[in-house]
Amino acid sequence: MKLDINGKGFNVTAEPEASLLSVLREELDLTGTKYGCGEGQCGACTVLVDGIARRSCLTSVGSLQDKKIMTIEGLAKGEALHPLQQAFLEEDAMQCAYCTSGMIMSAVSLLSSKPAPSETEIVQFMQGNICRCGTHPRIVAAIRKAAKWLQAAHS
Amino acid sequence: MTLREESRTVVEPERYELSAPSAYHFDSTRREFFKFLGAGILIVGSFKPAGAFQESGGGRKAASEDSLPKEIGAWLHIGEDGSITVFTGKAEVGQNIRTSLSQAVSEELKVPISRITMVMGDTQLCPFDMGTFGSRTTPIMNLQLRRVSAAARDTIIGIAAAEWKVDAKQLKAVDGKIVDTKTSRSAEYASLVKGQQIVQELPVEDPLIPPADWTVAGKSQSKVDGREFVTGKHRYPSDQRLPDMLYGKVVRPASFNATLVSVDLKEAAKLAGVAIVQDGNFIGVAAPSTTLAERAAGLVKAEWKSDPQPSNKELFEYLKKNELPAKDRGDSSVYAVGSTDKVLASVAHRLKKSYTVEYIAHAPLEPRAALASWSGDQLTVWTGTQRPFGVRSELAAAFRIPEENIRVQMPDTGSAYGGKHTGDAAIEAARLARAAKRPVKIVWTREEEFTWAYFRPAGLIEVTSAVDSDGKIIAWEFHNYNSGAAGIRTYYDIPNQKIEFHPTKTTLRQGSYRGLAATANHFARETHMDELAHQLNMDSLEFRLKNLKDERLRAVFEAGAKKFGWGRAKTARGQGFGMGGGYEKLGYVATFAEVSVDAKSGNVKITRIVTAFECGAIVNPQGLQNQVEGANIMGIGGALFEAVQFDNGRILNAHFSEYRVPRFRDIPPIETVMLDRKDLPPVGAGEAPIVGIAPAIGNAIFDATKTRLRALPLVPSGLGS
Repeated sequence: MKLDINGKGFNVTAEPEASLLSVLREELDLTGTKYGCGEGQCGACTVLVDGIARRSCLTSVGSLQDKKIMTIEGLAKGEALHPLQQAFLEEDAMQCAYCTSGMIMSAVSLLSSKPAPSETEIVQFMQGNICRCGTHPRIVAAIRKAAKWLQAAHS
Repeated sequence: MTLREESRTVVEPERYELSAPSAYHFDSTRREFFKFLGAGILIVGSFKPAGAFQESGGGRKAASEDSLPKEIGAWLHIGEDGSITVFTGKAEVGQNIRTSLSQAVSEELKVPISRITMVMGDTQLCPFDMGTFGSRTTPIMNLQLRRVSAAARDTIIGIAAAEWKVDAKQLKAVDGKIVDTKTSRSAEYASLVKGQQIVQELPVEDPLIPPADWTVAGKSQSKVDGREFVTGKHRYPSDQRLPDMLYGKVVRPASFNATLVSVDLKEAAKLAGVAIVQDGNFIGVAAPSTTLAERAAGLVKAEWKSDPQPSNKELFEYLKKNELPAKDRGDSSVYAVGSTDKVLASVAHRLKKSYTVEYIAHAPLEPRAALASWSGDQLTVWTGTQRPFGVRSELAAAFRIPEENIRVQMPDTGSAYGGKHTGDAAIEAARLARAAKRPVKIVWTREEEFTWAYFRPAGLIEVTSAVDSDGKIIAWEFHNYNSGAAGIRTYYDIPNQKIEFHPTKTTLRQGSYRGLAATANHFARETHMDELAHQLNMDSLEFRLKNLKDERLRAVFEAGAKKFGWGRAKTARGQGFGMGGGYEKLGYVATFAEVSVDAKSGNVKITRIVTAFECGAIVNPQGLQNQVEGANIMGIGGALFEAVQFDNGRILNAHFSEYRVPRFRDIPPIETVMLDRKDLPPVGAGEAPIVGIAPAIGNAIFDATKTRLRALPLVPSGLGS
């Protein structure tokens, strides 16, 4: 099976029902996507499939032919960080940072469908992502900051 | 309290934090060291017992030719290229000590943070460290590294003075260079260090830069390696990989305390490429993928038996009935002053109330994980732990090999909160790797993490008190069953006190947790204070301050009250205000909460939190604020809804869908007031800020509804109608 991940083609030997998370981490050594619960309850494994946030632990690789997958490793353009990555750094929106990949990928999906979300909309959208260290207010601030940058860049 | 007494308090191990005795295991020689690091300057910091600095004799002494002192806390190496490498056995678990300790080194050594590499939690390279717990890193390791760095700076100044034949007093360290203030001559550290092989033991008396003069410490510094995390590059313990590695899976017993009756491995053994181990009660498999390992584990037919075990329905009754006999009590403590029994017997009105806290789970987002690899009888393990040296001891005991044969490495892990003290996953991975003759990685599932880790101890707390007509507390009796002695003493000034921790038989595997029992003890104490104030018809803040002399604690209560606007009128129906505060792990905290309770549904919403916190001189304001906010948010979970449900040796809510942790919608605006005491040494902040939130919320709910809640969690599913 062939998968398109971060703009590159990968030949994958896993069975079609294998989870995308297990293939990313075990077969392709793309470990930026994290295991947190394996049940779609924590958001640590969030990736983009055709630009939309998906829990990779509940997504079978067999469903992904001809789809574009993006993981945290594919977000920066060379040395230039994505505005969300930069905003997470500036707002110190992490402690242990284990949730960070999933938070950022969810937020990318949010901002692509809603470029200027209200605080309530951010909270609503991010509800499925757990941060155990309690950096939620900083994550919300980072998303707002990145949204402003992105809007300024587009205007 | 003097600094020296404080230091002694903070190094006192807590009942649930330690399972291994303190010992030093250092036997490298200077020759080995330079072979590994290259030439340069090596500064070693002896880790003398707190308070011993002044008594151990002055002057600097070089380490003897081929041996280094046995009691070392940290060391620092300056390479010939000017690179700075610092070695400490402390572990980074998200509290951002990699950053705050780098600031300490940068400050004293006068080098940019970017030039510093911190090697942490590696038992082969770092000096022995008991573990990263008890908020000890800042009061002890930060101080240690500042002293080591100051010594390194002075050593380089000494080299420059000798080389330039000038008085060292006219030389100054600036930005990685030594500068002659008279002639403006300067040289990079690298050029001065070149060709040297100097080992310098930490001088006993070396003045440190006072916090008021700090230029790097004391300023906000974001995570030093933050870029690694936002790009997904950082490899956590569960991300480690070796060629030919297998994935392990343990076949768990049907319930706690179960013994294996029979096992049938035949079906599992038919799978190609799978290694199976049965060793006593341990059954595990290792396979080329997690999917295959899970399939194999599922094919193992095991029968277990266990005796009936209690459930959390009878938990508190069980704890009260099962107090340990005096001979098995270990570090149980009784504190008594005055004549509490007599006073309580003689007063007309006593207030006697019981408070309870359930077992809760750490639920670190990265579950326990380990990768183990054997080479002959040499074992290397990468694992997420707060006690790399403790895990090394556990491995040595489990496999009956000397500790020297074992290297434990601790890549910065996905949080811990006191939950990663033990080496369970490391031992499991190592056992499977030995059988499979290949490296094996184990990552616990979320269900395993919720079931087979240990929990914050549940507890029952009974408080009896009496006040005089003037609002002074005259007697205070406080009994804690099982949850622990941390934070059990009262900081209010009460002439008659009897305070006792009662260890009991336990119903679940229990251990350390952020703040330990201080959360339970503060919840009981600060709720009881509110009840007394209400009984006296006195304002809660006024009542506390009337009974409180400690200036630092008064200061946080007053600062928090000011920011919160304590005393203002309510602006909405169902609104309530409450406070809770105290002193823990050397830090002072006062938390104020505003809640809104819906009269119809009974739903409780926290609408605002203000926390005032003081931990001496602040090393990293942004990092500190992050910790204070995080402690409050984590504390909301334990305060409102977290509880482990269990019955007959099984956990009933071992998933995030059943065990509710705080999520975005639960988080109110949080305001933090940080009191920066540049006249006091910096202390830790990872734990103390968690203790005020539960009583603040409970007291605010009472203010809103006149319903007094004395059990944590307060409102697992709303107040009810």
